[in-house]
Amino acid sequence: MDQYSTIVSGFGGQGVILTGKIIARTGMEEGLEVTWLPSYGPEMRGGTANCTAIISSKLIGSPVVKEPSSLIAFNKPSLDKFGPSVQQDGVIVLNSSLIDDFSLDKSHKVVLLPVNELAKDLGNQKVINMVALGGWSKATGKLSLSALKKGMKLTLEESGKERFVDINQKALEKGYETAKEGIKASSV
Amino acid sequence: MGEKKLMRGNEAIAEAAIRAGCRNYFAYPITPQAELLQWMAEHMPEKENGTFLQAESEIGAISMVYGAASTGERTMTSSSSPGISLKQEGISYLAGSELPAVIVNIMRGGPGVGNIQPAQADYFQATKGGGHGDYRLIVLAPSTVPEAAELTFEAFNLADEYRNPVILLADGMIGQMMEPVELPSPVDTSDLQPKPWATTGTDGRDSNTIRSFAMGAEALKSINRDLQGKYENIKKAETRYEEIGVDDPDVLLVAFGTVARIARTTRRLAEEQGINLGIFRPITLWPFPGDRLAELSKKVDTVLTVEMNAGQMVEDVRLSVNSEINTPFYGEQGGVVPDPGRILQEVKKYV
Amino acid sequence: MSEEAVAENTKEMKKVFDRPESLNDQQFSYCPGCHHGVINRLIAEAIDELGIQDTTVGTAPVGCSVFLYKWFDIDVIQPAHGRVSAVATGAKRARPDLTVFAYQGDGDFASIGTNNSTHAANRGENITTFFINNTLYGMTGGEMAPTTLIGQKTTTTPQGRTAKDYGYPIKMSEMLAELDGPTYITRQAVYDPKRIDKARTAIKKAFRFQMEDEGYSLIEFLSACPINWGMDPVEANERIKKEVEEVYPLGDIIERS
Repeated sequence: MDQYSTIVSGFGGQGVILTGKIIARTGMEEGLEVTWLPSYGPEMRGGTANCTAIISSKLIGSPVVKEPSSLIAFNKPSLDKFGPSVQQDGVIVLNSSLIDDFSLDKSHKVVLLPVNELAKDLGNQKVINMVALGGWSKATGKLSLSALKKGMKLTLEESGKERFVDINQKALEKGYETAKEGIKASSV
Repeated sequence: MGEKKLMRGNEAIAEAAIRAGCRNYFAYPITPQAELLQWMAEHMPEKENGTFLQAESEIGAISMVYGAASTGERTMTSSSSPGISLKQEGISYLAGSELPAVIVNIMRGGPGVGNIQPAQADYFQATKGGGHGDYRLIVLAPSTVPEAAELTFEAFNLADEYRNPVILLADGMIGQMMEPVELPSPVDTSDLQPKPWATTGTDGRDSNTIRSFAMGAEALKSINRDLQGKYENIKKAETRYEEIGVDDPDVLLVAFGTVARIARTTRRLAEEQGINLGIFRPITLWPFPGDRLAELSKKVDTVLTVEMNAGQMVEDVRLSVNSEINTPFYGEQGGVVPDPGRILQEVKKYV
Repeated sequence: MSEEAVAENTKEMKKVFDRPESLNDQQFSYCPGCHHGVINRLIAEAIDELGIQDTTVGTAPVGCSVFLYKWFDIDVIQPAHGRVSAVATGAKRARPDLTVFAYQGDGDFASIGTNNSTHAANRGENITTFFINNTLYGMTGGEMAPTTLIGQKTTTTPQGRTAKDYGYPIKMSEMLAELDGPTYITRQAVYDPKRIDKARTAIKKAFRFQMEDEGYSLIEFLSACPINWGMDPVEANERIKKEVEEVYPLGDIIERS
């Protein structure tokens, strides 16, 4: 696989950092080269948070990307900030629960996922990030659902959060299934 | 080598230090190296009398390093640029007293408070001596997270072998980013070479003193001569670098740390445009691999130096290479990480 | 007297005074009438009596105590000026089995190193600190220290220290006694045999606290500096009694164990 980069962005507390880590962790388990780079500093205190995860079959040079292959945007400021820089034909996963008006210039593959509502259906608002990640898996085809489930499980286990594995698995599945129906293949 | 783990640079450095037998760590919180401190607080092995202590100040931390290193145990501190400035007094004393210790600088933008974004503007401070007196530190510059772990481990061996402080000079990006790391196997601290010079209580032998003080001019001259002799030995034995595509490049790019890994992307972009970009990466910033660079520079017209500062290592590059060739510089400051495409633009000026 | 007679006589003589084992066979280079030598000797005696010469590490910086490593037959670390408490902390944390003492002057302990000394005390570091207060900087030429008395003339307060410009003599022992960390804080003097006896007891007590893992001890010594005070040794001793003790009263300040 050529280098594939994803920016995950949203409010602090939306699980942005963890989402990126799970992409990187899953990539590593799949035998790929990976990097994960957070934005750090005052931003992490409740403002917007973002991170960049890169997976690649070749050695990764710069962990910073100007034009990501994909974007997971949990809120409007994130879409405004990173949406325009996503590569032509790149994937944008949008949290349509919070983002209702937007316009994009390029021809992107856009997935509209009402992650807040979907997570609410699952009974846990905290899993919006895994719903989005499930959708990202479907839309990008870069890491399979089963690989992400494994990567998520390992990541949570390492931080002593085994008890959340089940609900997060369901969230990944939910996002994946919903995205099957919800992918828009043209600019909006 | 053990298992592969996805780790932040700061965490990988901390864990590698513990595995290298570091049992004494003293530091003060500062961004962007706080995770290093936090990892040490959690993982320093208590049962082997491992010491983690959050010091009252950077000056306190480096002084505690001085005390602990005096007992011969493996000892470390870490900080980021402004904190490293505060530590310079202690670093000069460590060098003057020939104490082994490891100092980690996760560099951020300066001068003054600057910001917390990655930078390489402490090259002068680390390699030319930020403190007073004629001394040298061994300066290791990792380019990736796995290399940061590897060089941290190695830093303790070098420090012990030469009884000299070693600086691991990384930046906020390496500290903050995650990459897969194969951690070194832990050393058994009881296997480490004994240090007969250490202040451990006389226990029947003649008393030892740890000091950098010599009252007479001749005595201090002699100490300095010995230090310089040691530095010469380090230059001969420990100069390290990496070369990529240096056989017949159109342009030779010199970069260290973060910039060197970014330059790999530039090299790929250049390749697509039919340009052969060679990369020379000093791993030891002191001793600087000038001799090797001089050899390589004979094959090219241009040696381009790229750094995240206003031009610091480039001075050593220019001292090393033939004065007939071009030695341009491109740098970014303020925490801006150079873009691979932007570096390519610079390269193309000289093709 | 014949050789036999001498031998016979000395057999009857009891040795009542000798160099402590923990001191080297060296002549102190302290100025006449200075109290450092007496204090050094008392510390060495205590180390001998407690049987800890082989397991003690001293830390002493530059200044008048710069040659401490020469006087003492123990392992010695020489830190930077002001850093002694932090360096002693590092050594003690690395090797808790050692007895570690910090030997600091007033510039070191109470001025440039206040941050380090205060926090070592507050953490209750298990070290023994000797703080030599002679109300000025002795080695560098008699400049004002934070401990200098109001009105005292020094080379940097030629008209005498004023509170307006420099505040008041700092009372480190009382200040640190306000903290919960320290175990034992006392102020001693060595200008007469009675005081020397008390100081000797205090030093031993402070070392014992460390050996029993009881934590931080501080012994402040009011010390004479006849040269920089412009006095002879007897006058200097009198000054301590009449002036210095007025500001810095002798005795135990806290003892918690």
